[in-house]
Amino acid sequence: MRAGILLFPGINRERDMVLAVRQSFGTEPRIVWHKETDLTGLDLVIIPGGFSFGDYLRCGAMAAQSPVMRAVRDHAARGGYVLGVCNGFQILTETGLLPGALLRNAGLRFLSMDTMLKVERNDTVFTAKYAKGEVFRAPMAHGDGNYTADEATLDRLEGEGLVAFRYHDENRNGSARAIAGVYSPNLRVLGLMPHPEDLVDPLMGGTDGKPFFDSLAAA
Amino acid sequence: MKPVDEKLAKSFGLNAGEYAKVLEIMGRVPSFTELGIFSVMWSEHCSYKSSRVWLKELPTKAPWVIHGPGENAGVIDIGEGMAAIFKMESHNHPSFIEPYQGAATGVGGILRDVFTMGARPVANLNALRFGDPKLPVTKRVVDGVVRGIGGYGNCVGVPTVGGEVNFHPAYNGNPLVNAMTVGIAAQDKIFLSAAAGIGNPVVYVGSKTGRDGIHGATMASTEFDASSEEKRPTVQVGDPFTEKLLIEACLELMQTDAIVAIQDMGAAGLTSSSVEMAGKGGVGIELNLDDVPQRETGMSAYEMMLSESQERMLLVLKPERAEMARQIIEKWDLDYAIIGHITDTGRIVITHKGVVEADIPLAPLSDEAPLYRRPYVEAPKPEPLGPVSSDMSLEAALLKLIACPDICSRRWIFDQYDSTVGGQTVKRPAESDAAIVRLEGTNRALAITTDCTPRYCMADPEQGGAQAVAEAWRNITATGAKPLAVTDNMNFGNPEKPEIMGQFAGAIKGMAAACIALDFPVVSGNVSLYNETEGKGILPTPAIGAVGVLENAALARGIAIAPGQDLVLIGSTYGELGCSLYLREICGLETGAPPVVDLAAERANGDFVREQILQGNVAACHDLSDGGLLVAVTEMALAGNTGADLTQADTTPAFCFGEDQARYILAAEDAEPLLTAAFAAGIPAQKIGHTTIDECLTLPGGLAISLSILREANEGFFPAWFA
Repeated sequence: MRAGILLFPGINRERDMVLAVRQSFGTEPRIVWHKETDLTGLDLVIIPGGFSFGDYLRCGAMAAQSPVMRAVRDHAARGGYVLGVCNGFQILTETGLLPGALLRNAGLRFLSMDTMLKVERNDTVFTAKYAKGEVFRAPMAHGDGNYTADEATLDRLEGEGLVAFRYHDENRNGSARAIAGVYSPNLRVLGLMPHPEDLVDPLMGGTDGKPFFDSLAAA
Repeated sequence: MKPVDEKLAKSFGLNAGEYAKVLEIMGRVPSFTELGIFSVMWSEHCSYKSSRVWLKELPTKAPWVIHGPGENAGVIDIGEGMAAIFKMESHNHPSFIEPYQGAATGVGGILRDVFTMGARPVANLNALRFGDPKLPVTKRVVDGVVRGIGGYGNCVGVPTVGGEVNFHPAYNGNPLVNAMTVGIAAQDKIFLSAAAGIGNPVVYVGSKTGRDGIHGATMASTEFDASSEEKRPTVQVGDPFTEKLLIEACLELMQTDAIVAIQDMGAAGLTSSSVEMAGKGGVGIELNLDDVPQRETGMSAYEMMLSESQERMLLVLKPERAEMARQIIEKWDLDYAIIGHITDTGRIVITHKGVVEADIPLAPLSDEAPLYRRPYVEAPKPEPLGPVSSDMSLEAALLKLIACPDICSRRWIFDQYDSTVGGQTVKRPAESDAAIVRLEGTNRALAITTDCTPRYCMADPEQGGAQAVAEAWRNITATGAKPLAVTDNMNFGNPEKPEIMGQFAGAIKGMAAACIALDFPVVSGNVSLYNETEGKGILPTPAIGAVGVLENAALARGIAIAPGQDLVLIGSTYGELGCSLYLREICGLETGAPPVVDLAAERANGDFVREQILQGNVAACHDLSDGGLLVAVTEMALAGNTGADLTQADTTPAFCFGEDQARYILAAEDAEPLLTAAFAAGIPAQKIGHTTIDECLTLPGGLAISLSILREANEGFFPAWFA
């Protein structure tokens, strides 16, 4: 799988993502500047975390208007894989590629700690190397991770099996139904708040996030 | 505009003698703008006029020091062709007036000092002192400072990996916010600030200039009084998003050969950056302020020269590379403007709207800056502590100590800081005595810490200064890393008072002795004086930031213990309770002499511990500091969620809570080889207990406390305070 990592001004976890992709894929991801519009040759587009455009106006709102996002929409429409982590998740909801929105954390403070994520299904390209129901550890670091959507949308997400991960230990940011990540209906677009890319090396405290990237590499 | 005279000079912070010197240098009455430039360059904050004579006493050299004090930050060799570039800087005065922006721009400023030299920032730390937690204002300041540090650091994507926090009523009106940044650069790609090349363009990069922060450096050079609220306009407003762009743009530009010299616009903004760049290069500089990117209309030359608007850099470029540089800067949506050029006149000439607003000879502006050997009286040596007694049980005393604001868990604070961004954080906050950050693409790691015990410094500035350095060295050693160098942040009261200068001189003397004994040179630093409100000074606080290196990051030790380990105490215990937290929190006394700093023992014990760690003989290690032995073991037990049995250890408060220096607790599968090696090396060592599989801490004498009760006490303070 050929991966590209989008770079918007203010994105700051692209280096972490490069390391995780490099380790599992064995290849170097292509860095795509936000003003580029050609994603030809990429199977997977990754939008990493950070503060694109300073999170001014609303997290992800300005990045969603960047030239590259038109290309990402086309890529998704063609059935391409898209992964958005943290700010990347926010950008995907702002773009409309995923439903719902990320509000300020319930406690109105930035939250940086490990959280436990439950894998809701393991028949997707993102989770094949986990067991269904498996719980794994991932660092989170966000001020706006409180997932919200209207009740009908939440019911639909649950009914159609589009909830990817739930907070298993504690729902610190107040997300609706403890949702930490959601899929598009074709299961090819995934957004999640925590950072599996920051736990892929035993030296950094564990490898809980490595199966996530190994799953993608094997797809 | 007011006429320029001695009265105006006084309102700008220049005394009569200093103004007379200005007249002598200029040979005429200076213009309003010229007076402004003199006043900020000669402010305490920029000129170090009260501290320079003392700072010279600190050792600054070692074979691994590449650039010591005098550059934007210190630079040391960390192996494999890499350099660590680091510095700590205060933002105390702004943080009291406006805590969020004061702290945020403190982080922004220190980041710029580091990346301006070519380093990618890889770690932020801080050293914070707040007033009495019982006061509502303290809560407001803590909340704002923590949010500000997080708001800025999280956004720029530099992990905040460590720090320290103390509370004391002496900081009620003067909280201290000291921020430290560590960056990594290739040794052959280090950028300096000395301008060169007659005719080379002077380029302004970054945010537009506004009217914020005018005379901030002067504000930081006076005491506070009831009117300090009026100084809010002198505090700058930070924009971490622009800073992030500035980091990436500068680092990208530094990959080319375009830059001759570069300097951030920090305190005193365009004035200090242009004066220092030209001054260091021994050249002249001409600026046309019409070309400065401006956020507001109608700004005067004076306002532009003294603005402390954030996120700005000044560059001298090779003329043939200017166009390429412009493209890189504009790719990152930053302003780029050629605002002047380098000359051979040795003067700074400022024009605005066709009028020469300032024309000052650079050499006397720096060479004849005021330098004061202020009168000082040595702090009296404290009376040794007599016998103390308390009828509080060990159990009750321990529970009270681990819950007190100076010892309790800082989790509530560091949970608001992104500590993992970058993917190189080997040990996160509270996991080890120093933060451990791997150097990307290598097996090496840096160990980084900030330390100071102001109550020791108050009682005995010399011992306190030595202790601050020794504790930083010890914290790095406890991870297995080799301590390399120090940045100091000297926070003191009004230097015009002889007793304050005595504290400063004493602290320097102690620091210098410790730095020499431990091969731990000072490579950068910052001085913050006039930390007084209504005539009341802070505790003398020479905060130390330090960096060490570990060749094999996998050997880094944390403090967490596990079942099946023996606990060994390294170092001598005399039971020193003077100035201890036991004395303050349990006995209600802040008296006595601080623990003796025996630098020979410090060195020997630390070298022994490091060697044992690197040989793989140690599973966990924690230094003994605030609260002494029982507090340290409790922290190790909570970190590992593992019990410990100290039944056989000495039950006296002096042994359990004394703060004797040069001590560590090591956890190892078997104590015997450690004890044998220690005996052979002449290092005091004793087994004090072992870990257990039950989740209890069994105190000396045999009473057990469950870890959940200890954890509740230790974790409770901050969440309850902010609930």
